[in-house]
Amino acid sequence: MSYTKKDLAAQAREIRRHIMIMLEHAGSGHSAGALGITDVFVTLYFDKLKHDPKNPDWVERDRVILSNGHICPVLYATLASAGYFPPSALQTLRKFESPLQGHPHRGALPGVENSSGPLGQGLSIAAGLAYGLKFDELNNRVYCLMSDGEHQEGQVWESYLFAAKYNLHNLTVLIDRNQIQIEGFTEAVMPLESLHDKIVSFNWQVLEIDGHDLTAIAEAVQYAQEYTLQPTAIICHTTPGKGVAFMENKPEWHGKPPNTPEAQEALQQLREALGDNWRE
Amino acid sequence: MSNNRSSTRDGFGDAMIAIGETNQNVFALTADLTESVRLAAFEKNFPERFVQVGVAEQQLAGISAGLALADKIPVAASYAAFQPANSWGVIRTSIALQNLNVKLVGAHAGLATGPDGATHQSLEDIALMRVLPNFTVLQPADYQEAREATQVMVQHTGPTYLRISKISVPALQFLEPFAIGKMRTIQAGSDITIIGTGAVFSEVLAANKQLQDEGISVRILNCSSIKPLDVATILTAARETTGIITIEDHQIAGGMGSAIAEVLAATTLGKPCIRLGVQDMFGESGQQPELYKKFKISAQAITETAARILAKKY
Repeated sequence: MSYTKKDLAAQAREIRRHIMIMLEHAGSGHSAGALGITDVFVTLYFDKLKHDPKNPDWVERDRVILSNGHICPVLYATLASAGYFPPSALQTLRKFESPLQGHPHRGALPGVENSSGPLGQGLSIAAGLAYGLKFDELNNRVYCLMSDGEHQEGQVWESYLFAAKYNLHNLTVLIDRNQIQIEGFTEAVMPLESLHDKIVSFNWQVLEIDGHDLTAIAEAVQYAQEYTLQPTAIICHTTPGKGVAFMENKPEWHGKPPNTPEAQEALQQLREALGDNWRE
Repeated sequence: MSNNRSSTRDGFGDAMIAIGETNQNVFALTADLTESVRLAAFEKNFPERFVQVGVAEQQLAGISAGLALADKIPVAASYAAFQPANSWGVIRTSIALQNLNVKLVGAHAGLATGPDGATHQSLEDIALMRVLPNFTVLQPADYQEAREATQVMVQHTGPTYLRISKISVPALQFLEPFAIGKMRTIQAGSDITIIGTGAVFSEVLAANKQLQDEGISVRILNCSSIKPLDVATILTAARETTGIITIEDHQIAGGMGSAIAEVLAATTLGKPCIRLGVQDMFGESGQQPELYKKFKISAQAITETAARILAKKY
């Protein structure tokens, strides 16, 4: 089915609400990144991705490789909202014997394509997968979702080299450029700028967008799909903690959940605002 | 040995040519060491299924994981000093935790690597790989066994580490076929058991000759399947002989001998298990025979240890 941008914005708001409830219930986990990248997840799973939630092993599906596994509350909430499993399961996040592991575990849940947590590994997996799919002349696309902070891992740059060498244009990287990591702002911990120029110099196409503009996200993903001369990285400028005022742009919300009063405040804010992240 | 087809790396490389012909799903990957790990012929014969990642062992492991997700069978080879040493965290999360069908090959293992010195002599890789859930760990002892182990590894579903070495080693005769989870008997015997793995059997055979001359009946076992381990054969040897000597070109901590000692420690058999190998040291430059002598991975070390066990002085 096709959604209007207003539908997608409403979906994003519901997923953000799920994220807050899940994290409050879990008592640990990562808030800011999950809220910040929600609009990208919604655009993929409700607009651009070729997938079938009722048939998660469909061979023709596009593959989403989540590299920064700590933001998995947004992955789980999106998969549940898309129909991969009942949303009631979201309440088990990080609980004993739950399929919703603290960091995603391949095979534990339908729709989870890879295990991740230690940063910097996802792009290698995505590149190997894209290589194999391209070798077989299949049309499946591979989307790798990454944080900005994990670009401090050397393995990431090995992957950029590899994907350029073999022109893996079936691979699109979506970078959550939210400027924060555990210990503070990326530019203070270990500067990444110019991230755009660095990746361009590795022979990739690089697009930069507002990561909350649903139209811009969709257009960039479409452009990457049609461009076959290089793999594409989309730098998505986002606000960490998006939608919850007291979390926005605060590095201290990278790795902690809301307590009960904070969660109630967050849900109130999300209820009141349908968001400014859509335009027809 | 004058035969230039007598190292385990040659057995691996020759097996890969045969495998490449019969299994279109098999890919070979290297990190700038194609000839050394004996994949040059695979690259020449099957260039479309050969992947060069450059000097990047983490990438070697990660790309292999991705290829496995695309239903390929990647066989990724580098030196054991670089893989798993440089890439263990990637192997752990991207391959072992995901239980992907990736085959990793650690070449130039041990002191047998020789003149390159300590940096290139991996003495820790068995320990690093056998602690990873889902992984099978194999180390063939001669050219033919390396060919068979490579074939079996590719047919086996699941992540596997194959440890091979650079040097020529003697061809061995076994009483049983190669199989994952099984030891192979080189010689039946009733007084003492020697269990070796990898490139050490020239020393084991030399020690055996001397012990036989002294009238000692030696059981010689080849532990080419380090994980899973052939527990039944270890327990039988412990019951039927005075004690067990293990020998390997690896640290004694965490290696094949440790795995066997762990089995025996959980029994009431009370039999000694003396481990020969590198004793918490790094290697150095030299030729394999002089290094094996200095680090007591030698026929002399075996015969001395056998005498201690038989005299119950341990």
